[in-house]
Amino acid sequence: MKSFHKVFNEAENKISGVAAAPGIVVANAYLYIKDKLEINHSRVTDTEEAIKNFDESLAKSKKELSKILDLAKEKMNDTRIAIFEAQVMILDDPVLIDKIKERIGNERMQPESIVDDEISKYQKIMIASEETYLKERAHDIEDIKNRIIRNLQKKRWESKIPHDAVVVSDSLTPADTILFTKSHAQAFITDHGGLTSHAAIISRSLNIPAVVGTHNSTQKIKDGDTLIVDGFHGYVIINPNKEQIEFFKTKHERLVELQKGLEEFVDKPAMTKDGREINLMANVDVTGEIDLVVSSGAKGIGLYRTEQIIDELGEIPNEEEQVRIYTNLSSRIYPESFIIRAFDIGGDKFKLFDYDEPNPFLGLRGIRFLLENPVLLKTQVRAVLRASYNKNIKFMLPMVSTIGEIRKTKDLIEECKKELRHEKINFDKNLKVGIMVEVPSAAVMANEFAREVDFLSIGTNDLIQYLMAVDRGNDLVADLYQEFNPAVVKTLSFIINEGKKEGIEVSLCGEMAADTLAIPLLIGLGLESLSIAPTTILYAKRIIRNISYENAKKMADDCLSCHYEYQVAERIEKFFEENKITRTRNII
Amino acid sequence: MIEETVTIKNKAGMHTRPAATIVKMAAKYKCDFYITKDDLHINGKSIIGVMTLAAEMGSKVILTFEGEDENEAAKEIIDYFNRGFDEL
Repeated sequence: MKSFHKVFNEAENKISGVAAAPGIVVANAYLYIKDKLEINHSRVTDTEEAIKNFDESLAKSKKELSKILDLAKEKMNDTRIAIFEAQVMILDDPVLIDKIKERIGNERMQPESIVDDEISKYQKIMIASEETYLKERAHDIEDIKNRIIRNLQKKRWESKIPHDAVVVSDSLTPADTILFTKSHAQAFITDHGGLTSHAAIISRSLNIPAVVGTHNSTQKIKDGDTLIVDGFHGYVIINPNKEQIEFFKTKHERLVELQKGLEEFVDKPAMTKDGREINLMANVDVTGEIDLVVSSGAKGIGLYRTEQIIDELGEIPNEEEQVRIYTNLSSRIYPESFIIRAFDIGGDKFKLFDYDEPNPFLGLRGIRFLLENPVLLKTQVRAVLRASYNKNIKFMLPMVSTIGEIRKTKDLIEECKKELRHEKINFDKNLKVGIMVEVPSAAVMANEFAREVDFLSIGTNDLIQYLMAVDRGNDLVADLYQEFNPAVVKTLSFIINEGKKEGIEVSLCGEMAADTLAIPLLIGLGLESLSIAPTTILYAKRIIRNISYENAKKMADDCLSCHYEYQVAERIEKFFEENKITRTRNII
Repeated sequence: MIEETVTIKNKAGMHTRPAATIVKMAAKYKCDFYITKDDLHINGKSIIGVMTLAAEMGSKVILTFEGEDENEAAKEIIDYFNRGFDEL
């Protein structure tokens, strides 16, 4: 069976973006292009008339919004509809409305000019904030501002679209998103926006697939084009061939089948039939994913990739910014634990600094980079410590290959603790520090390294790449990137056992944990903790609740004596058949 | 005048839903009501104003009430903050 990745890569006409809401859809495109509002800044002679027009525009806007609010109430839960209620309240905001009327009277300008200026003041404050959600909120305010202005200009607005279409737009407001569901919109694709945009959040709660932040979808897609939208991976294929449609349709049917009854697992523990509880945590890339994590039934965050903050902000956040982000996330997930991984800069990600390395994967990356840039590391350590007073934060070091690196980092952490004590700042004195095991030297030395730290987390993507000496981005050798190669299985088993001998927690993060085939193997090898993408938590829970540790262990023991990758895969597949568990190869 | 410093207690902070509830509560009273956070001083009867405040869990805001029914208003609103906006 081909993979999504392969089918997408082979497609000719395609777009990729941020996978904002899961699901797969094949439908025709509808290009939704919004007219840009031109604002009239001329003077008015009759201010009473102008104020009357303003009042009418408010009344009209209220009418429109109350329809949207009713729709939203029908389709979504209470916390999500708050945004529409707040928009309605803005139309009645005594401070704002009085101020606008007063200015129309005094300045004798067109109401639309005053409305634009007055509401923009609030938006500027929101955009200036460092909180992502406040920046997004500025968009919501934009929506209400444009609505009032449009009604002042007595323009109608297009909310009727062809039925069952994929809406392709520059960006979507929450109100657009909700209204389009009336025409049974099948999916949303936008040029702008990220996971935290309201359109993305609303798509998720409405269960409509969405791919956002594609940059150029409105240019590449024409009205009426047939589209495959894959909201699991952020893939869009334009005018696909029969084979591609067939592939995605089959996948889609399987997914619908697999999704049935998943919700019931949210509040249930990830426990095997014979009572072994697996600590199922979530990986978080973007701060906005926290909502997903909270609702996914995950037990805490097993991997927070802090380098993504740099990506989001476009610069390295200072200590205060980091404290705020870590505090916010750790309190949202409290009392579950929150594992912050130090900036993993280098390799193929974030060429922040202009080192010309002939072989970046074997170069200055992860903890090596951080120890070369102690100011950067120290800022992060101080921020982590300052955010740690709730005692649910743990700190993790990437790409560790020697004991020296652990000790140096621990010395630096002690130095930071001393400083904070001196500054009388509260922190978790026993902050747990762990390492990623993703380099063969760390795997071989797992026992010795385990004595130095509080936990180990196996990073399978890099570990397999270094163990097999294969760059999986290189098509010529990508076949050698084998998750189930016996060498990989044996190495995982070794790390898990050595860590356990020292009585510390061993967990695993990486794409392997999201491979349904791998889950029983990993549990059979003795792992009691996994960290996976929040959207895959429930699928993993279902598998875990359907297997017994005892049987999984027998299967894993068999796998440890295999010589070929295919033998391991066959043994695991047999396990699934014996236990009558349905699955797709990849959960997503 | 009543002035009180309160701490945001719920995980999600003062997001849109509590912001709307606070403004609705304040609208029932005649007294003036202001919220101060860092250098922002906001009229608590203005939803768009309250929405510009980023108040995450653990942060502190100052509430001030002034007018004939300030006692009643302060009681209801401070209580709502102390209950963590009913999200604890």
